[in-house]
This record gives sequence, C-alpha cells and structure tokens, in this order.
Amino acid sequence: MTEVALPAPTRQPVAPASGRWLPVLVVVICILLLWYAGAVGLNAPQVTERLNNLGSPWGWQDLVSAAWAMERPVLPAPHQVALDFYSSLVDNDIDSPRNLLFHAGVTLSATLLGFGLGLLLGVLLAVGVVHSRVLDRGLLPWIIASQTIPILAIAPMAVVVLGSLGYPPLVSKAVISMYLCFFPIVIGMVKGLRSPEVLQMDLMRTYSASRPQLLWLLRLPAAVPFLFASAKVAIATSLVGAIVGELPTGAQAGLGARLLQGSYFGQTVQIWSALVMASLLGVALVGLVSLAERATARLMGTQP
Amino acid sequence: MSSAAPAVVVRDLSLIFQTADSPVTALSDVNLTIERGEFVSFIGPSGCGKTTLMRVIADLERATSGSISVNGMSPEAARLQRAYGYVFQAAALYPWRNVLKNVMLPLEIMGLPAAERDSRARQQLELVGLNGFEGKYPWQLSGGMQQRVSIARALALQPQMLLMDEPFGALDEITRDHLNEQLLRLWEATGKTVIFVTHSISEAVFLSQRIVVMSPRPGRILEVIDNPLPAGRLLDARESTGFAEVAHRVRLALRAGHSYD
Repeated sequence: MTEVALPAPTRQPVAPASGRWLPVLVVVICILLLWYAGAVGLNAPQVTERLNNLGSPWGWQDLVSAAWAMERPVLPAPHQVALDFYSSLVDNDIDSPRNLLFHAGVTLSATLLGFGLGLLLGVLLAVGVVHSRVLDRGLLPWIIASQTIPILAIAPMAVVVLGSLGYPPLVSKAVISMYLCFFPIVIGMVKGLRSPEVLQMDLMRTYSASRPQLLWLLRLPAAVPFLFASAKVAIATSLVGAIVGELPTGAQAGLGARLLQGSYFGQTVQIWSALVMASLLGVALVGLVSLAERATARLMGTQP
Repeated sequence: MSSAAPAVVVRDLSLIFQTADSPVTALSDVNLTIERGEFVSFIGPSGCGKTTLMRVIADLERATSGSISVNGMSPEAARLQRAYGYVFQAAALYPWRNVLKNVMLPLEIMGLPAAERDSRARQQLELVGLNGFEGKYPWQLSGGMQQRVSIARALALQPQMLLMDEPFGALDEITRDHLNEQLLRLWEATGKTVIFVTHSISEAVFLSQRIVVMSPRPGRILEVIDNPLPAGRLLDARESTGFAEVAHRVRLALRAGHSYD
C-alpha cells in the first residue's frame, strides 16, 4: 500500500465552490422556469385571441413563441426584460431619459440624502430617548405611530408643502425617504445605546465619568453593531421612500417616474426593467452598508 | 485632618433593598474601621452582603441608615476624587479597545494628556507582567490575562485604595495562585489599602492582614479575625501550621454563621 497524502486539516471545512453556487443556481433556474411558464399562462388569452383573428391554424409552439414576444404583455418574459434593460443602458447616452442609469442616478441622490438625514435624525432621537425619561415615555409612541400612517398618504402632502416653500423636488423626495428610514435607526440605536452590561456601566461610575463621556466612550461604541443592522434595513426602505416620493410629483426623472410612465402607457416591459434596476440598486446599497460594517468591525478589533 | 483619617470608617450601617415582594436587609448594623495601607478581606457565603458593603464604600450603592466615611469624606466625594480603583468579578474590558487603550480609559476620562496616558498605561501593564500585549484585543487573551489587564486599569488611576470583588473567582486554581502571589507583592511594594472580597478561605488567609467574616439573612459581620502570619509570605506559607490555624478559625466563624439555617 502506498501512503495517501491527506490534505492539511483546515480549522473550518470550506465547502467547494460548486457547493456554494449550486443552490443559488438551482433557485435562479427554478424562478426563470416559473417566470416563463407564468408568461405563457398570463399572456395566453390575448395571444389566442390574436392568433384566432389571423384565421390560419396554429399550434402550441405558436402560442408559446407569441406569448414570449408580445409588445405589451401582461407579464413579459425574462429575456424581453433583460433586452430592454440592456438596450436602455447601451443604446442611449448616460444623460438621456431613455437610459435607466440616468433615472437610477436621480433616485440614488434622493435615497442617499434621505438616508443621511434619517441616520442623523434617528441617532439624535435615540440619544434623546436613552437620556431622558420624558422623551422615552413621550416620544417613542409618536415615533411608532408615525410608521402606521401609509407613506402614500404622507408623500403628496410633503411634496406640496415643501414645493410651495420653494424646495427642489430632490428635497421633498429625500424628506419622504427620511420619514421611512429613521424608524429602524431609532429602534436599533435605542437598543444599542442600552446594550452595555451593568459592570461596564458601574466601571464608568467608579471613574466618575460625565454623561457625555459615558455616551461617547461606552454607549456609542457598544451601539455600532446595532446601528449597522438597522442601517441595512433603513437604506433599503429609504430607496423605497425615494421611489414613492417620485410618484405624486409627476416627476420626469427617477425610477418612480419611469414606473409611472410605464403604467400610463401600458409599457410593461419598461416597468419590469425599471423594477430590475431598482432591485439592483437596493442590493448594491445594502452591499455597501455591509462593506462599511466589515471595515468598521476591523477597525474596532472585533473577533473575526 | 483627612489625610490622617482611616481609609474606611463604617458605623451602624444598614442597607435595605426594596424588592417587588418584600424588603431585603442586605446589611444590618455593620461596624468596621479599615486603616490606610491595610489588606482586608471580606469572606462569607453568597448573600452575606460582602459585595454590597464594598459597593457602598465605592458609592455604587447608598446605605439606608448609619454612616460611612472613605478617607475622611463621604463615599461620593471620594469617588469624585477617584480615590479608589475597582476590580470587578469579570474583567469588563471594552471589546473594541485593545489592551493599552483599555488601561488608558480611566486616564482619558480624567483628561490626562495623551503622552502621559500612554506612559502611565505602559507602566501599569509592566507591573502586571503584560508588556508586549499592548496591541492585543480582549478576545485574544486568556481569562487570567484579561483580569490582569483590569487590575492594571484600576492601578492606572494611581488610587490610594484598591477594591477587589472576587477578582480571581472565575479563574483556574493555578492561575489564581499565581495572581494571588503577584497581588501580594504589588501590595507590599505600593502600600495601598486593599479591600478584597472572596469565597475562598485560603485566598483570604494567604492575602490579608485581617479577615472580616460575614453571614447572610441579614447580612452582617460575625467576627473580624487578625492574621498573625508574617509579611512577605510565599505560596508555601499555606502549608505551615500557622496558616492552618488561622484558616481553622475562619472556618469555625463561618460555621457559626450557618448553624441556624
């Protein structure tokens, strides 16, 4: 018998690359199959009507190929959406209103401004709530109540009021986005600012630390992991807020405007490619927050 | 004057915690004087109030009645003057700060200039034998090392008094022996007042000059035992007959406190 060279033992068994990607691939294929089947099913009534009007006999292949190639389908096929998405990026200049990246950029600026404002507002409110019993009792119920009002009811009012005050649409969209995204930040930060252990708090007391020192040296660093968990939720909702903010403004630019135009003119393919762009933007934004989280954890010496 | 006042004077001190069902008497009529430079241990079963008494000295709890002075002033004034360093049962290091920055924490709060913070912290780390570990984070250290960092952190304030609440309770016996000896050398070298809470008879007898034996329900002092063992004792002292005699007296006192429950 010859000795068999064993691979060096690793501390954690690492799944082979295929093991990590296979499940994702299977899910994607399943979704695509269901989507194509759904496109046939949902578009069939229109397609059969049209084929019957042509008068010539037709088979199921004709039905399927027509269902996947309609100009204004009920549900466009994935490749139609992909083609529309791709051509909007490639066939148009970056500043053309036919380019989805142009719309994404407009929505992104409102999202980031709204997220920044929401982050600031959320952290300030949380610091207030943790330090004052009055705010804890008096403010938190209002913060929670604010989130029970449908954003579609608030958005037109914000647009009208801020517009009459002379603010550009960017600001009214950012305010709507802030209104949605400050909430998870407040909830996460209140929990985070209260997360230090009793011993760690007692220790600060033995040093006769002032309240600002307690906040800065103990409460805020302890809240950082909570802040990032909240920020991931918040940045996704702030994107939703910015898109919703574009609906009642009759805006000409932005993913929300693109969605609205698509539904006015029955351009379902255009709606779907705008949706794809919105979801890619959302994934990218959450990914950016995750990257920032990892960089911060490294700076703070967190156990990997 | 206050500089000559004893480290701690406790007179007829009682502390009653108001709990949901019934008030709990954590401390009842406690009288105790601790001189400056003394090493005193509080020993007793759980719930005897030894930690509570130390927390009253540290102004982390307030007495219900009676009086207490620390260095001739109220515990609050002593705390505000940063008269003591407190070492808790757990190291309570801040996980986002490395070893050096953990030790510098109290100095930052005091507002010392950065250069002095750095040199003082390094000095204390050397004292507890942790030079070379400045850049490590708490999760990279063993339990014993973490507790040594927390001792260095308490010493960094350069307090006249060290309050230690079962600091080695969670450590294995070998580490514990080693740290006990280090602590004794530290006390001999610095002459600080040390108040030490423990469950362990041999730890109390090995370390202290006086042993305060306490009993629960209500928390009170049963007996204060003088330890005649000479200074400069090494771990081997625990094998001596003198050591066994003192330990026996402590054990008898503890048993007396338990006889009626």
